[in-house]
Amino acid sequence: MSETKNIMIVGVGGQGTLLASRILGSVLTQQGFDVKMSEVHGMSQRGGSVVTYVKYGERVYSPIVDTGEADFILAFERLEAARWISYLKKDGTLILNDRPISPMPVITGAMEYPADISEKICAKGVKLIASDALEMAENAGNAKSVNVVLIGILSAIMGFDETLWQKALTECVKPKFLELNQKAFALGRAYGQSIK
Amino acid sequence: MKQLMLGNAAVARGLYEAGCRFVSAYPGTPSTEIPECAATYKEIYAEWAPNEKVAYEAALGAAFGGARSFCSMKHVGLNVAADPLFTSSYTGVNGGMVVAVADDPAMHSSQNEQDSRHYAIAAKLPMLEPSDSAECLEFTKLAFELSERFDCPCLLRTCTRVAHSQSLVELSDRVEHMLKPFERNPVKYVMMPANAIKRHPAVEQRTADLVEYAESAAINRVEMGDTEVGYVTSGTGYQYLRECFPNASILKLGMVNPLPVKLIADFAARVKKLIVVEELDGIIETHLRANGIRVDGGKDIFGPCGELSQNRIRAALGMKLPEFVSFDEPVPQRPPALCPGCPHRGLFFTLSKLGVTVMGDIGCYTLGALPPLKALDTTVCMGASISGIHGFNTVRGAESAKNTVAVIGDSTFMHSGITGLVDIVYNKGVSTVMILDNSITGMTGHQQNPTTGKTLKGEDAPAVSLEKLCGAVGVKRVRVCDPYALDELKAIVSEELAADEPSVIIARRPCMLLPEVKAAPALVVDKDKCVGCKLCMQIGCPALSFGDKKAHVDPTLCVGCELCTQMCRVGAICKREAK
Repeated sequence: MSETKNIMIVGVGGQGTLLASRILGSVLTQQGFDVKMSEVHGMSQRGGSVVTYVKYGERVYSPIVDTGEADFILAFERLEAARWISYLKKDGTLILNDRPISPMPVITGAMEYPADISEKICAKGVKLIASDALEMAENAGNAKSVNVVLIGILSAIMGFDETLWQKALTECVKPKFLELNQKAFALGRAYGQSIK
Repeated sequence: MKQLMLGNAAVARGLYEAGCRFVSAYPGTPSTEIPECAATYKEIYAEWAPNEKVAYEAALGAAFGGARSFCSMKHVGLNVAADPLFTSSYTGVNGGMVVAVADDPAMHSSQNEQDSRHYAIAAKLPMLEPSDSAECLEFTKLAFELSERFDCPCLLRTCTRVAHSQSLVELSDRVEHMLKPFERNPVKYVMMPANAIKRHPAVEQRTADLVEYAESAAINRVEMGDTEVGYVTSGTGYQYLRECFPNASILKLGMVNPLPVKLIADFAARVKKLIVVEELDGIIETHLRANGIRVDGGKDIFGPCGELSQNRIRAALGMKLPEFVSFDEPVPQRPPALCPGCPHRGLFFTLSKLGVTVMGDIGCYTLGALPPLKALDTTVCMGASISGIHGFNTVRGAESAKNTVAVIGDSTFMHSGITGLVDIVYNKGVSTVMILDNSITGMTGHQQNPTTGKTLKGEDAPAVSLEKLCGAVGVKRVRVCDPYALDELKAIVSEELAADEPSVIIARRPCMLLPEVKAAPALVVDKDKCVGCKLCMQIGCPALSFGDKKAHVDPTLCVGCELCTQMCRVGAICKREAK
């Protein structure tokens, strides 16, 4: 029986993590895997820390990923990478949009935003793919397409036929925004392939 | 082909396939998507009710009327619907009735983590508990069959990890169920003492029949493997267990009330040790102990708080946990915050500055309790702000009434704020109530309510006028204001607090996230004018930050509400063109 693979998508409410997980879920379903995805709605949507678990394999049981279990963490923001890094498997890979978004305790001055997060994570021996997904998203035409840029990077690392990813993109994105998101995906995928 | 489906969507699909005709609900995380998805099927009538009690009674009426009917709510919603729940156990149904209740272990979006299985036991009703989306669909259909076969509403218990997880489901066609005739039967449907006395033994007999069913029901499934340890579990507990122990012996209970006795005793006899794995309270465990079945591990190792997970099970059983790396510095929390442009922000800033005691309620505005606004003093349940302020001010006297306000949203006011306001007026209280009318049910993700002029199906509907309603209750001082206009707001709150009679202030402005609300262009900080006083930072807007001794506006987040402009004494935050 093939082992279950675990992916976490972490970020800040409003960054579009749900679209990223939908695209991923569609690719995995097309591949014929058993798939489970878990997310939390409600309170966490209001700019809070958000996490989505995506799991696939021959047969998936638990819908959540626990500490030390994630094969990939797709972090949409630096501080969120630090928050969830303990969920990464020993030989797992962190894919990071290396940008900060200040949380309320930092905005109010109650706490400092930790410095050099990606360097400190790297020093722990974690496989890190840092990127400026925001810049790529802006180059694609819209800062909001960070989610699809990161999915593009992940697609290069995970494998699976590119047509599956393209089909999933078409399924999950509104036609009006498809061209923009295809550009964002291509930029992310090219970046992922360049550093693989 | 199988498709990925959210647990809640799968329940709705189950309603469709089971021929359900009537759905009534009040939104509540994590149950909200069930009626939303049900409403997309044209064969199903679906509505938002003002509260869960109304939703339950409407569904019960539809079941009396001969249709397959449904209502859903979050766990605390069942507290509101508890009155009809208990007596509907006596009346039974005509068409089948299913009640979904979504628990929230770990309180991702709730004020407590009560275990709804207690209600099934107390009301003597069957309760099914699915563990993934496929079971959500299958169990919903089965619940209708059980409801009709045993003549009672059937409960369906989910939790956050089932309701808000997606997994694969296989779809079938809808099977229509024609409306059954309604036959007068007062002994069954009119629950006055003389009739109810006759119904109670029927309820007890039904429980005995349901236990008999539970002993051999296919959804109570024994999976034999290694016999060193046997696990008894239900719902998500099964999924976490199977992830940890692919070869363990497991008794998975799909029906969590009533519980079988013989089935569990037989299972216990086939394994050396018996461990009960259940989220929240030790209900299965207590049942086993009451029936003299040996339990070698349960709440003593898992505890009653929070969610289970595969690692929590591994840790409780003394197994090795996967290795991980950690980030060695404190990571600042990222709590949810009021959105940029949220109409509640200026209101809570004003209340905070006035130094008044604020009795809060359930909704987005509960976030006003967090720093830097820190404006709420109490939050209990839906409607408790208004009834609570009445008790608070009555015992603390006239001075208290001049320094205390209740805040409640438009949807929460319709849910259970009205009766509290009646209490204040009727009993000659003088409290000040603020209705934060943002024209939508916000926190659960934008559901319509009786004040918005739209139905769940998106049709136009008569909108309840809050002003007229408060007036009809007997409140003479009803004021309406815009929470963006800070000076006016402050003046009105001060006037109404001073008044020696009850008053209602309706702070009205639609939620910034509504599609019909257009954001203004992002504001800019004039660096030459900014003196770095940080006054603007007091409103806790996520679009504002401070660095290099100046305020900054994030142009991707700012919606130009100009609250910070009103805070600034040197006119440094302005519209782009004005700079």
